Amino acid sequence: MAEPAREGRVPESPEQAASTGTLAARISLRQRSGGIVVPVLTAVVAFLIGGAVVAATGHNPLVAYRDIFNGAGLNWFGHPTTDTALTASYNLSQTLLQTTTLILTGLAVAFAFRCGMFNIGGQGQYFVGLFVANWIGASWATMAAGPHILLGIAAATAAGAVWAGIAGFLKATVGAHEVISTIMLNWIAIWGGTYLFGDGGLLQNSQNKALPISNDVAPGAQLPVVWGDQQLQGLHVGFFVALAALVVFWLILNRTTLGYEVRAVGFNPDAAAYGGISVRKNLISAMAISGAFAGLAGGLDMLGYLYRYGVSDIPVSAVGFLGIAVALLGRNTALGVGLSAFLFGALLFGTTHGLQSGAIDPQLASNLTYIIQGLIVLFVGADVLILYLWNSRRRLRRRAATA
Amino acid sequence: MNSQAPVLEMRGITKEFPGILANDHVDFELLRGEVHALLGENGAGKSTLMNILYGLYRADAGEVVLRGAPAVFGSAKDAIAAGIGMVHQHFMLIPVMTVAENIVLGHEPTREGIVLDEAGAEERVRDLSRRFGLAVDPSALVSQISVGQQQRVEILKALYRGADVLILDEPTAVLTPQEATELFGIIRSLQADGKSIIFITHKLNEVLEIADRITVLRRGKKIETVPREGATQESLARAMVGREVLLRVEKPPAQPGETLLEVEDLHVVDDRGIEKVRGISFSVRAGEIVGIAGVDGNGQTELIDAITGLRRIQRGSVRVAGRELRHATPREMLDAGVGHIPEDRQRRGLVLEFSIAENIALHDYAKPPSARWGWLFPGRLVERAQTLIRQFDVRGGGPLTRAGGLSGGNQQKVVVAREIARDPRVLVAAQPTRGLDVGAIEYLHRRLVEERSEGRAILLISLELDEILSLSDRILVLYEGRIVGEHEGEVSEEQIGLEMLGGRREAA
Repeated sequence: MAEPAREGRVPESPEQAASTGTLAARISLRQRSGGIVVPVLTAVVAFLIGGAVVAATGHNPLVAYRDIFNGAGLNWFGHPTTDTALTASYNLSQTLLQTTTLILTGLAVAFAFRCGMFNIGGQGQYFVGLFVANWIGASWATMAAGPHILLGIAAATAAGAVWAGIAGFLKATVGAHEVISTIMLNWIAIWGGTYLFGDGGLLQNSQNKALPISNDVAPGAQLPVVWGDQQLQGLHVGFFVALAALVVFWLILNRTTLGYEVRAVGFNPDAAAYGGISVRKNLISAMAISGAFAGLAGGLDMLGYLYRYGVSDIPVSAVGFLGIAVALLGRNTALGVGLSAFLFGALLFGTTHGLQSGAIDPQLASNLTYIIQGLIVLFVGADVLILYLWNSRRRLRRRAATA
Repeated sequence: MNSQAPVLEMRGITKEFPGILANDHVDFELLRGEVHALLGENGAGKSTLMNILYGLYRADAGEVVLRGAPAVFGSAKDAIAAGIGMVHQHFMLIPVMTVAENIVLGHEPTREGIVLDEAGAEERVRDLSRRFGLAVDPSALVSQISVGQQQRVEILKALYRGADVLILDEPTAVLTPQEATELFGIIRSLQADGKSIIFITHKLNEVLEIADRITVLRRGKKIETVPREGATQESLARAMVGREVLLRVEKPPAQPGETLLEVEDLHVVDDRGIEKVRGISFSVRAGEIVGIAGVDGNGQTELIDAITGLRRIQRGSVRVAGRELRHATPREMLDAGVGHIPEDRQRRGLVLEFSIAENIALHDYAKPPSARWGWLFPGRLVERAQTLIRQFDVRGGGPLTRAGGLSGGNQQKVVVAREIARDPRVLVAAQPTRGLDVGAIEYLHRRLVEERSEGRAILLISLELDEILSLSDRILVLYEGRIVGEHEGEVSEEQIGLEMLGGRREAA
């Protein structure tokens, strides 16, 4: 007697579906429930509300968004006229510069999430990579370019890995929650940098002792530029490194035994332990790999276009935290993080740069950036709400049918 | 005792979820003052039907008639107001509040309309308690009372809200045999008071003990409604599954070989430092099934954890095929030839978000041909899974199907397939049929006997006495961390039951 295949499952209780499970399991469930629609919808709703705020201040939201669009260089993809082509290409190269950093800080958060952990320490890991790259780049000016760059990048990546690894180690041994430890490590990095580049600090500028700024990275250690002018902050090869990182992320998670273990621990540590997997080892590994991505971001930024860093630059940097929004919107997948990083990169550069020249008050311009970023993070966190709105169309349709 | 007018009628109830028809034009009728059992396998539609009655779901078609008038419930609140109460399998109590607080929650008696009348609440609870013979201490904290008492609190909650139709969802799943008997007494006294009771279960013996009438559901359809007189376990099982069901598995006589598992003077503590295994010694030989019977909480979990390397051993030794393994990690135990079917398949046995193929590889993912030098070959995982899915008749999906999408029985088959395919010398089966329906239980029992014939040493730990009696060649009874009884051959259920509760049969 053949049993017909049962594709569906009756929920055990009305609350069953999204109730229990690990962090990674819940995220995976939402991913399956909403697919690509929910992140896109999230971004759209955030932009709509942002537009409403702009309208409320008396400006035209469409003009504002067009300015942001052009400011980000996205008009370069169309057919720009000769006079706008130059600005558009500059703008786009800057957007991609931001995207490079955000891809990597986003991957840092995403990788940890896949192992069931919240890496809030991307900012600190980024800084550590940045400081180390500055130190190496500014030293040994006579070293050949190739090895010099490789050494700087490798050291930055390793520094980020160690920085995050500390949090992983604490979690594995004494159970310290990584949210707390990574935040604390952020502060240690921030104040460490303030000390290092400040008055009398170890990495402070050796030529001018009055300025709380670092040494410059030697020309031999600077990354080659692929688009634009080296002197005008062109797009460097790091962009391709970031794209490669997306591929590496996917490969690690889906084609290695390490990735298998990381995902198992993230979804169900009890079953992983029962299967013979060392949960502790994987918590540490996952955090270390996560930190490596963020450290790499710092290294690429320093050797790619920053070349120097000052004490006053430290509080302004937010790429580590934006990485969290990027990862959440991108649903912790390689493709998602890539696209999401591009969106945020365009937003960041487009609002700070594009809106300045337009009719909108510069104060509002930078605040608009924050508003939209904040809205995206809010809706990503409340994606259950978005899902509810999305499903309510179906519910309304069915209600109309049975009426 | 029963008046002739039905207090509740459900007609033509149909409910569909994506991909599955959970209720297919089901008719159900409840007479006043009767105990009506709703019987069916997991997934038959019993809980769905009752959730519709209780207002948690809206039926796609059909109607509910309560006391002669049509009723539409938009939420549980409506159902409660209409006098329907439900006691779920997983209790909904607040552990840090007292019994009285939990019972009156949401309908608190007040003084002057604002101040909570605690004394009044306790008085009302005591009243109800006395009236229905449900002994509870109103001022006790819920976290400190037993599971059986917690269930009584749930029942009182329903009665406090004026329920006169009570739905009990698998109430004995969490009770000891003694508590189950007490529950049946409570049900009878409620019945005497004029309450009508719906009893959802998949346990055949209970149904014959407590029900006046029995409705059997299978795959969303109502199969039959029969009175208790004339129904047998066999006839009910046949209705539930649709074919003859072997309730007692056929077992060829045991031919035990060498000793493969030896446990000596084992001492293990639990997570709180309390010693749960207090000096246990036993052995299991190839080709035999040793069953460990006992009420939940007497050290079974800690014993299993110790034998499979998941928990440290304070004192004593564990030897597999002569090799001392008391300090082994789970990985080392696996490599030594110990297979483990965990008691909680969803928590320990499977990663529900992984595919079937990934789950089957859970022990072996790092070894060739699944992986080499850290590089995974998903194709090989799928191949292996395909073979095992066929061999073990896993239904509901293919190698790439998410394990969480399978039914309980098929999930367990994946776990069993994985363990047996590794050709273990010792197989530890902990609660292997928990939560499974009759068909799946039958399959698993047959499988375990087959593996016994293959010469494996099988250690069976179960809370179901029937299962232990049916499968075991030797039975050990566990009580408070010690073996209090050893039996080989015929032994009565009563004797084992007595030993499980700590009593000892006087020598004849």
